Amino acid sequence: MSAKTYGLIAEFDTPAAILEAAGKVRDAGYHRWDVFTPFPIHGIDKVMGFRNSPVGWFSLLFGGGAFVGTMGLIWYCNAFDYPNIVGGKPMFSPPMSFVPAYILMVLGAAVGAFVGMVAMNQLPRWHHPLFGKKRFEMVSRDKFFLVIGATDPKFSETETRRLLEQAGGSHVELVEDED
Amino acid sequence: MAETATNLETPAPPAELRRAPVVENNRGLGWLTDKLTAFTEGKTPRWWWMLFLPAAFFATVVLPTMLIYQISTGIGVWGNNHPVMWGWDIINFVWWVGVAHAGTLISAMLFLTRQHGRTTFGRMAEGMTVFSVMMAGLYPAIHIGRAWFAWFMFPVPTYEGMWPQFRSPLMWDVFAVNTYLMVSTLFWYMGLIPDIALLRDRSKTRVRKFIYGLFALGWTGSARQWHHFEKAYVVLAGLCTLLVFTVSSIVGLDFATSQLAGWHATIFPLYFVVGAVYCGFGMVLVLLIPLRKLCHLEDIITTRHLDRICKLTLVSSLCITYIYLMEYYIAWYSGNPYERWVFSHRLLGHTYWYGGWIMLCVNFLSAQLLWFKRFRQNLKLVFILAVLINIGMWFERFTIIVGSLYQDFLPANWGFYKQTWVDICTYLGTLGTFFMLYLLFIRFLPMIPVAEVKSVLPQGNPHHPLGGAKGGRS
Repeated sequence: MSAKTYGLIAEFDTPAAILEAAGKVRDAGYHRWDVFTPFPIHGIDKVMGFRNSPVGWFSLLFGGGAFVGTMGLIWYCNAFDYPNIVGGKPMFSPPMSFVPAYILMVLGAAVGAFVGMVAMNQLPRWHHPLFGKKRFEMVSRDKFFLVIGATDPKFSETETRRLLEQAGGSHVELVEDED
Repeated sequence: MAETATNLETPAPPAELRRAPVVENNRGLGWLTDKLTAFTEGKTPRWWWMLFLPAAFFATVVLPTMLIYQISTGIGVWGNNHPVMWGWDIINFVWWVGVAHAGTLISAMLFLTRQHGRTTFGRMAEGMTVFSVMMAGLYPAIHIGRAWFAWFMFPVPTYEGMWPQFRSPLMWDVFAVNTYLMVSTLFWYMGLIPDIALLRDRSKTRVRKFIYGLFALGWTGSARQWHHFEKAYVVLAGLCTLLVFTVSSIVGLDFATSQLAGWHATIFPLYFVVGAVYCGFGMVLVLLIPLRKLCHLEDIITTRHLDRICKLTLVSSLCITYIYLMEYYIAWYSGNPYERWVFSHRLLGHTYWYGGWIMLCVNFLSAQLLWFKRFRQNLKLVFILAVLINIGMWFERFTIIVGSLYQDFLPANWGFYKQTWVDICTYLGTLGTFFMLYLLFIRFLPMIPVAEVKSVLPQGNPHHPLGGAKGGRS
């Protein structure tokens, strides 16, 4: 069992403190870092420089695909493979196939949003190096954590630790990734 | 630069314009977490067992017995017969779909309009939606008579080369209800993921840790995860809002596309949506008022939240009343003798006159009590009214379905409908199943969205003094 360094973790008490610390870490020029919070913090997206999440595109792709697919399916079922006259109605017409296609578009778009969220977050996963830290269990309660990854080019155990402590972090600890 | 900038002081808004806090008594994040997870982690209270055991009896004994009896014997064990081919099964189907709607309306639409109060009771409403759609879907599946052929309704390639006939609204219904179940379950589950992760982190036993860990999908709460999560949640909320308007309208189209007097009206899709929402608000109140008391959530689901739901109930009551009046007006104005006959017999007929009166008195008259603040603040009375609303809406569907079917165009074709004990027991079975699932949900999953409530508290706002901001206004 070889343990390699995953990064340094620091703990903060309030959303304002983590927001301020995130700004300092960004200004210090780090790239591979993340904050872990019990709920989304207003303004953190801006500090971390996130762009618009691509989850919406997943939704559009899945939903659009479902709409076109259902239209095609109805045409195939009722007009091509098994044409059957019912009440003198046309074999295929947009008004009658719109409703099921629309409904399945909603289903496809919803599944797309979920799949997009899971895929972009690289979930599901069995384990995360941070789960090894006892104090990290408080992340879903009322503590806020900032982790700077060891793969960051600027990462140095002493310098990074000093930065986190200066930013007001407590319990600054090394996180190890056990493979 | 910074020294020369003047400190801008914006005047505080007057007291009556300030937003009341979502959670009362200025509770902190840790307190809230302990409080909101206490019910899933503590000892099972006695009232839970007292409610759960009878519900579980109806769910696991009565309902399966009735289903086995009905499927093995035939549709004849129900009261449905010519000319009333749609009886309690379709009434209950429409009723359960209706109950589901307010859950989606509350959780999705109030989310999109950024109503903070919604965070506290949204999850409970979503759970209601998921379980009542399950109950709704059960009825058409067994009503087809030969339940083992239910798969014919899906476009499955078979050796016969037969396909479903998509020109029928009944076929649209299959997709609408199944989609509704899947989308509302996804919405509900996705909102639960961060809270399941919370329960995972708090678990004391290995079994709990494993099960919650499995369903939390490895959620860590990183800013990147929240970023994608929030986007996906908004998209899902928007899609659920679309479903609020489509599912019941498609159920309404099942009726409107027929030629029957009393059904053949363009107002039906809207009629069913409004009725569904109204009935669902009733059910939300039926669930929220006792749970708030029993689980000691008075600080979180405040009287102000309940007051808002009461007002929304009143609004939907007025909408449904308008549609009732419009229905009668059009029946008269159309000059169609069959329409006039059906509508006059809803109130003055010799057989089912009571259904029409219950529908009017409960859905219109009694809901007017909600105009009065004193009434809205008396939760016992509101609870009784909410139960009445559910009954009234059940009778609305009874009046529409049986009232139109039993006397159609030819007097030679007239008939009579009476439910059998199997109808009643099947309905009780679905009620039991609904409450059993709901009780299991509140026992094992957080019924209040913990992360969401925290995010709207001042303690969770990085720009508020309680959230640690320096300066600023309290």
